[in-house]
Amino acid sequence: MGMTMTQKILAHAAGLETVHAGDLIEADLDLVLGNDITSPVAIREMDRFNSDKVFDKDKIALVMDHFIPNKDIKSAEHCKCVREYAKKHDITNYYDVGQMGIEHALLPEKGLVVAGDVVIGADSHTCTYGALGAFSTGVGSTDMAAGCVTGKAWFKVPSAIRFHLTGKPAAYVSGKDIILHIIGMIGVDGALYQSMEFTGDGIRYLTMDDRFTIANMAIEAGGKNGIFPVDDETIRYMEEHSTKKWTAFEADPDAEYEKEYTIDLSKLRPTVAFPHLPENARTIDEVGEIPIDQAVIGSCTNGRLSDLFAAASVLKGRHVAKDVRCIIIPATQKVYLQALEEGLLKIFIEAGAVVSTPTCGPCLGGYMGILAGKERCVSTTNRNFVGRMGAVDSEIYLASPAVAAASAVAGRIASPEEI
Amino acid sequence: MKLEGTVFKYGDNVDTDVIIPARYLNSSDPKELSSHCMEDIDSTFTEKVREGDIIVAKKNFGCGSSREHAPIAIKAAGISCVIAQTFARIFYRNAINIGLPIVECPEAADSIRPGDRVVVDLDTGIITDQTLGMSWKGQAFPPFMQKIIQAGGLIPYINAKND
Repeated sequence: MGMTMTQKILAHAAGLETVHAGDLIEADLDLVLGNDITSPVAIREMDRFNSDKVFDKDKIALVMDHFIPNKDIKSAEHCKCVREYAKKHDITNYYDVGQMGIEHALLPEKGLVVAGDVVIGADSHTCTYGALGAFSTGVGSTDMAAGCVTGKAWFKVPSAIRFHLTGKPAAYVSGKDIILHIIGMIGVDGALYQSMEFTGDGIRYLTMDDRFTIANMAIEAGGKNGIFPVDDETIRYMEEHSTKKWTAFEADPDAEYEKEYTIDLSKLRPTVAFPHLPENARTIDEVGEIPIDQAVIGSCTNGRLSDLFAAASVLKGRHVAKDVRCIIIPATQKVYLQALEEGLLKIFIEAGAVVSTPTCGPCLGGYMGILAGKERCVSTTNRNFVGRMGAVDSEIYLASPAVAAASAVAGRIASPEEI
Repeated sequence: MKLEGTVFKYGDNVDTDVIIPARYLNSSDPKELSSHCMEDIDSTFTEKVREGDIIVAKKNFGCGSSREHAPIAIKAAGISCVIAQTFARIFYRNAINIGLPIVECPEAADSIRPGDRVVVDLDTGIITDQTLGMSWKGQAFPPFMQKIIQAGGLIPYINAKND
């Protein structure tokens, strides 16, 4: 029986000829990631090791992105702890205010992840890098600590679900709509412990940003990772951003998949996930009248340049509805600068939106757009759990940047087609 | 080892945002985190929980964020064990790595009621609901994970291995 793409990467990183679903393996890590929330816990754990020496100062990335610029004294102490650790161990890839971006937008942009890599990150959306043909998965702080010291992690080799994508998506159907459709189809535990492997000629119509968005939300279906094959688009992206050596792994023709789905992208519509789970997906045509108080455009899911272009194409020459707050957050300093140079920030500000420096802030209810009781937000982020963005009785509707921007203008959840 | 306590019962997809809301993640102090544990779905949890009590839930417990603060908060609140139909994978890993006992057992998770007295024998995997007078056998951990648990978590396990 052949191996899936994920199994091939894991076998290689474990120095094995073959692996099978369910095998427990120890793999060498190409990168270990932490942020300002998870790293302090990992650093405390590292003190318990016999040695706190890092395995490779070039293969650890520490990104201050959740609560920065520091929102309060406690979060400032957390960042200080990580900053001192990075200094002590001379960590090459430490990103603080002025250089940082939201980690999962920043790392590919900096060329730190390429095809064939094995990456763990103490952040659940670490699965984003599957877009590049890497194996990457979220772990907790203790796994991060062990990874930083030993350069290895244990994995249970996952079985896989194959999503065969065909056809070309229509206008206003983005990576976000595709992944919300998939999660709606299989549920928030539909891929529990499994790989989500994407194949098919529909992939050639997906930009790298679309693929990052899709792989990013594999965790919202319970997946261990989401992964795309390496094609010309991936190679172009890697050559533009990285000098690292990459390896393209391909699934064997006789690889075993526990389930297979074929999705005709040309049939999909802009999709919105209703409170309080990402699986509550409805097409824009089924939404009905949902007035909103806030729109958030940004995050590791949808804060890249193409996302801002999509929002700007809707907001240009229009104005955010009177009773709506629209918050736009470029994911990295580079995206922020490009948005400035492309004139997008002007469009946003003239439309009555506020533009923040990069931060995860509102996505997890940290700061920069907390919701009051009974308020509703349409958001390009990844989770709409109870209380995720603020009050327990507030509501989050997940959508694409184009739908979020159209909703900000309409004052209710709206399709960009009707604006 | 036997764990015994009173049950707090929850449903499907208890996510890490309700186990410990991110607004409290500016702290990593276990006691402080535990004082907000479960507050968005069960505002009386922290008042009622006693050392040794047990959480029982349905499917996909601990889904969402990778925050280890979630099992840390549960453990520091005094919970001795979490029983669920299934666990989300990062939570599952984190619980083993920090030494919070967890057991997958769909039948027990269905039958056990809030407030029941439950005993979990970690050596045999047998879960007994003393109030109902029923027992079930939970899913055993693979030997590799048992070694991590016996060592008291991932880091003591690695230290011992490297000695």
